[in-house]
Amino acid sequence: MGSVGAKEVPVLLTPDGRRIDGRRLDELRPIQIQAGPLRQADGSAFVEWGANKVMAAVYGPREVHPRHLQQNDRAVIQCKYNMAAFSVDERKRPGLDRRSQEISKVIGEALQSVVFTEEYPRTSIDVYIEVLQANAGTRCAGLVAASVALADAGIPMVDLLPAVAVGKVAGAIALDLKKEEDNFGEADLPLALVPQSGRLVLLQMEGHMTEEELGRALELGVGGCRDIYEKMKAALRTRYAVTPMEATP
Amino acid sequence: MSDEVTADIQTTHILDLAASGKRVDGRGLDEYRPIVLDPGFVVTADGSALARVGDTTVLCGVKLEPGKPFPDTPNAGVLTTNAELVPLSSPTFEPGPPQPGAIEVSRVVDRAIRAAETIDLTKLCVTPAEKTWVCYVDMHVLSHGGNLIDTALLAAVTALSHATLPRKRFGIADDDQPLDVQHLPIECTFVRLGDSIVVDPTFDEEQAAQGRLTVATDETGRVVAMQKGLVGAFSPDDVKSVVRRAFVHGDRLRALVKGGRT
Repeated sequence: MGSVGAKEVPVLLTPDGRRIDGRRLDELRPIQIQAGPLRQADGSAFVEWGANKVMAAVYGPREVHPRHLQQNDRAVIQCKYNMAAFSVDERKRPGLDRRSQEISKVIGEALQSVVFTEEYPRTSIDVYIEVLQANAGTRCAGLVAASVALADAGIPMVDLLPAVAVGKVAGAIALDLKKEEDNFGEADLPLALVPQSGRLVLLQMEGHMTEEELGRALELGVGGCRDIYEKMKAALRTRYAVTPMEATP
Repeated sequence: MSDEVTADIQTTHILDLAASGKRVDGRGLDEYRPIVLDPGFVVTADGSALARVGDTTVLCGVKLEPGKPFPDTPNAGVLTTNAELVPLSSPTFEPGPPQPGAIEVSRVVDRAIRAAETIDLTKLCVTPAEKTWVCYVDMHVLSHGGNLIDTALLAAVTALSHATLPRKRFGIADDDQPLDVQHLPIECTFVRLGDSIVVDPTFDEEQAAQGRLTVATDETGRVVAMQKGLVGAFSPDDVKSVVRRAFVHGDRLRALVKGGRT
């Protein structure tokens, strides 16, 4: 929703319902998910989603640092979302900022809602998300990457967590906003779904929507998440596919 | 940074192998791991490259923005290098302010780029004492499998070689212009393992090492930067032999940078 000075507002929606990149209102950008690209991490995932590139790594369950965060009856999930300086058009100063800290918190809490943390008392499961190239929807791409990385690390969860942002562009409810739509659109609503239960564990919203629009946005988002869910499962199946060579005894 | 615990048996194994001219991954003592350079990995940067040396991965993004020159160099541009050893890249890194290890990587890489005059900073000047290009070289370590310095500089010089001055975006000229790279420094890092000195150490070899020596050379036959690190010592003859080896490796690695994708 960032205002972009005096720049001209591009045509976000054509009369025949096509968006700035030719997509229909209910169409996702192309998504590629790779499970396990990093050798050093216990689990990892790389997500290319439209023009977003996001890497996630999981370490743990391991000792809790700092120690005072330790919980006697469960694991804590410590999530850090960070953007590379060169990931955005205007160079971002490296280091912590309020936006990254808030995103880290809501992603961490979403993950904590599905991980069986009680299986690993007094430990920390550390989730690191690095945004390498950003084009709107990085928190959803980050959460998708983190969720696949947790599965890659073999950490038991209720379910994977697909996530997507829904928004309002030129008065229409649209799935998976890209940068221009996010900058010049009227609303942005990222959400994450637990597919098994149909419940939402991440939900934020900024902008203007009527009650009726919000209802449609939620439906569109849940549908988008179900598509992403299939891609997440496929990425894990590819990673752990048994090749014919391995299958022979 | 928490200390990485390396089993004694692992250290002993590495040292025993080195004594008989071998390494854990089967390489020769003077052999690099496979190198892959992928320029243009990030489109939001004005120049970028992903460099992989074995299991070590560094992504470098170059950003060029107009700014003010330093008062003592009114006719020169500004070069800023920064390495982030993000906790994603290794079980031993923790979130927080840059650790000494990260600062050493960015400073040693910075020194090679600066001393080799990789970029002619005077060409970055737009209006003397008022406006110049500021060149940010940001290195993001994605996977730490040992020998960060060489990998980071490979990513940096590859990114710089493919960088564009975004003159149009900032209204400085009607067209963009490729960034002029005049020299290509290459850093080669060696560690001592007993009586052997091996190139391109892995993470475990760095843990077992009794001293580390980095030598940066350029294509004109100059040594442009050096850094001795870790606990350990080298004789002057060791240093001379390492420099000779660094020139040989430097030529080969430079050809990879010039060739782009390998």
